[in-house]
Amino acid sequence: MIEVSAEPIDAHGLKDAMSNPGAGGFCCFEGWVRNENEGRTVERLEYEAYEPLVISEGERVLAEALQRFPYLEARCVHRIGVLDIGDMAVWVGVASAHRDEAFKACRYIIDELKLRLPIWKKEHYVDGDSGWVNCERCAAHSRD
Amino acid sequence: MSVSHKTITVRYFAMFREHAGLGEETLSLPVETAKDVFEQTRLRHGSKEPNGHCKVAINDEMADWSSPVSDGDTVLLFPPVAGG
Repeated sequence: MIEVSAEPIDAHGLKDAMSNPGAGGFCCFEGWVRNENEGRTVERLEYEAYEPLVISEGERVLAEALQRFPYLEARCVHRIGVLDIGDMAVWVGVASAHRDEAFKACRYIIDELKLRLPIWKKEHYVDGDSGWVNCERCAAHSRD
Repeated sequence: MSVSHKTITVRYFAMFREHAGLGEETLSLPVETAKDVFEQTRLRHGSKEPNGHCKVAINDEMADWSSPVSDGDTVLLFPPVAGG
């Protein structure tokens, strides 16, 4: 299950909801807002998502992970809106019979999510400037 | 042979929306593929972004740049994603 949330992520609640009597391991990844990117001091982030395709493409990613690394439960929540330093931007949790599938499925899900889901991140810097992550660099490159 | 015009609703996201100054517009464009829509709207709004790192969806389904577009389609143009 994947969802987009405008509210803070409740990591404890999400983990508790994943209990499964067949699970021998649980692996979780939390993405947090960092105060620096490529040498610039970041003050806050702004996430935008196109929810219908985050859901459909995200469910596809979870299904792929299930096929490659059979797990029992997997869940992902991604924040949208304005986030401050230290806020949780994304939460991925996987429960499985053994640890190997949990680690690998969790890694697969977060990696594919970053590559494929229509989610954008705008950084606001302390100097008042702002920029879309990955976009401005491409645009700059295209002007070379 | 000239390409026939099609009525396409184009939706812009993130940086594309800021460049275009709007989130959506319906245009009559001489286009056959998703790539054509990207190029036409890039010219229209003076965007410098190449399509290489961008993604496209047609009627809420992820698509390829070579995917054909039909009259009445909604084409969603996604700049490089950055989730996580």
